[in-house]
Amino acid sequence: MSMTHQVEDKLMVEMRGVNKWYGQFHVLKDVNLEVKKGERIVICGPSGSGKSTTIRCINRLEEHQKGDIIVDGTTLNNDLKNIETIRREVGMVFQHFNLFPHLTVLENCALAPIWVRKTPREEAEEIAMKYLRRVKIEEQALKYPGQLSGGQQQRVAIARSLCMNPQVMLFDEPTSALDPEMIKEVLDVMVELAEEGMTMLCVTHEMGFAKTVADRVIFMDKGQIIEENEPHEFFNNPQSERTKAFLSQILNH
Amino acid sequence: MSSDANKSPSASQKTRFWHDPAKRAILFQSLLVIAVLGFVGMIVQNTLHNLESRGITTGFAFLSQEAGFGIIQSLIDYSESSSYGRTFFVGLLNTLLVSVLGIIAATLLGFIMGIARLSNNWLISKVASAYVEIFRNIPLLIQIFFWYFAVLRALPSPRQSLEPIENIFINVRGLYMPEPIYGDGFGWVVAAFFIAVVAVFFISRWSKKRQDETGQRFPMLWTAAGLIIGLPLLVYWVMGSPLTWEAPVLKGFNFRGGMTIIPELAALWVALTIYTAAFIAEIVRSGIEAVSHGQTEAASALGLNRGKVLRLVVVPQAVRVIIPPLTSQYLNLIKNSSLATAIGYPDLVSVFAGTTLNQTGQAIEVIFMTMLVYLTLSLLVSAFMNWFNTRMALVER
Ligand SMILES: Nc1ncnc2c1ncn2[C@@H]1O[C@H](COP(=O)(O)OP(=O)(O)OP(=O)(O)O)[C@@H](O)[C@H]1O
Ligand SMILES: [Mg+2]
Repeated sequence: MSMTHQVEDKLMVEMRGVNKWYGQFHVLKDVNLEVKKGERIVICGPSGSGKSTTIRCINRLEEHQKGDIIVDGTTLNNDLKNIETIRREVGMVFQHFNLFPHLTVLENCALAPIWVRKTPREEAEEIAMKYLRRVKIEEQALKYPGQLSGGQQQRVAIARSLCMNPQVMLFDEPTSALDPEMIKEVLDVMVELAEEGMTMLCVTHEMGFAKTVADRVIFMDKGQIIEENEPHEFFNNPQSERTKAFLSQILNH
Repeated sequence: MSSDANKSPSASQKTRFWHDPAKRAILFQSLLVIAVLGFVGMIVQNTLHNLESRGITTGFAFLSQEAGFGIIQSLIDYSESSSYGRTFFVGLLNTLLVSVLGIIAATLLGFIMGIARLSNNWLISKVASAYVEIFRNIPLLIQIFFWYFAVLRALPSPRQSLEPIENIFINVRGLYMPEPIYGDGFGWVVAAFFIAVVAVFFISRWSKKRQDETGQRFPMLWTAAGLIIGLPLLVYWVMGSPLTWEAPVLKGFNFRGGMTIIPELAALWVALTIYTAAFIAEIVRSGIEAVSHGQTEAASALGLNRGKVLRLVVVPQAVRVIIPPLTSQYLNLIKNSSLATAIGYPDLVSVFAGTTLNQTGQAIEVIFMTMLVYLTLSLLVSAFMNWFNTRMALVER
């Protein structure tokens, strides 16, 4: 059952009839998605179904060709100002962490506040330390990413995003590059973040996380949203055949 | 029991000598050193014997003898009555001149072309690839000949000189430019320049500190440009323009006065630059491509704009990949500059290992000194680049 928390009526992310092609290949077909402030969405589906592409369209790491994407009231178009505004409000955590190897953990976290928000360095470092403490890794602040374990790196990556004080967090399979014993430390951080009311979209195959945290689970296949439901219904009473097939695969291994 | 304990280690030690990599390495290295020393000793003895039988004196006394030949370009005072020792320095400085000019220009052109190859603009990236493919695949000597014989030798004679800008003349003998004559008070202009540089240094420290403290950024680039150009100009104007130009004038068959860039230098410089820049462009391109796309994505996702992504994330990582191969291109350029001989640019090899060697016959000493120069230059460049590289190295687990 999902935790009780505040979901406001305000729409944070709105995707309306979004279509995307890679050349001839139709990756996203009429994707419609509304995410309210404080909502936690888990997106799952087979490999190649367009999950990453969907969330990467939200902060314009991928460009969609048709339809509208509106983030916190700003419409994504070719205007660089809009794209930058949206990226400031949307944090993203990647499968392979993508920390900057030439900067210390602290510098990784303080970089964007300093150069994007124009925060004084000392203050930016205080912010960085605050979030590093929150992901329980403050004692590594002066190390370089190459000196940390995968789980530690991913927690730093989460802290780095949080330093920009984002309204929405996107996670693209944040635990699938990790050794099993490190998955929990990252999931714990994400659960904590969810409890604090962060609006989250997570692509993940961690069904335990989906069951405890998500307000809604979305199932995608072949570029389309096939089914979406609150977790209890989604797992116990899936409607479409494809969802059933996917769930039996993922829950039985 | 104690005999048992003594026995087993000594037995295993016997076999261990051959199986212990450290001891084996010492053995092989000693054998190698003995072999090399023996070989070198043989060569030295053989050479000394040959010289003796041909009656050639050894030693460096010839360096103080009069050279008796002219050199078409010299950065220090030189005449036919100067010594062979002086020809060495003239050649060395000419080698350094073309190497430094070449390294600077090849680095600039190489970075521009390397970045251009990655451009999203189809035409720009295709032009850059064509440039790289053409110039790195034609032998350097042919390119030097091309610029010297096909381009510069085809220029008009002094009397029909091209004059693209007033008082600048281009003809088959070279590029003739006005020479600055410094009047009284020009020292103040130079001083103003240095004051501006120092001021920029302190202002940039102050602006960095202010950014750290308040987050505000200061338009450093414009301030620096304004100060470094503006202040000397202002002083120049206040001092009443203490600088005149002596223009080259046509006297008889050639120009007198002014400054000259001889065609040999121009051809060698252009060829070395264009050839080496083609390789540097590839190095820069692959260095930037070596920074994973994930880095750019993560930085963009944080809201950094394209320029800052490049400056703060991509370039600092690419530089680490670029420096080692860039170093070997610099070394290649320095060594390739010895192709100067082919068109008669008076570099170290042409002047010293060429003319001086021919006239004195002191092959061993001359070749030894020349090799020592290239070796020293290469080691200095390598040492500097290594120092730079270790400063930039990534910390790994
Ligand atoms: N740059 C690209 N060019 C062409 N096709 C692409 C590109 N990126 C992704 N695709 C294709 O688009 C489809 C959707 O990719 P996407 O990464 O969104 O899938 P996914 O659901 O995240 O899969 P996974 O679980 O493997 O991460 C895939 O078939 C993929 O091959
Ligand atoms: Mg994916």
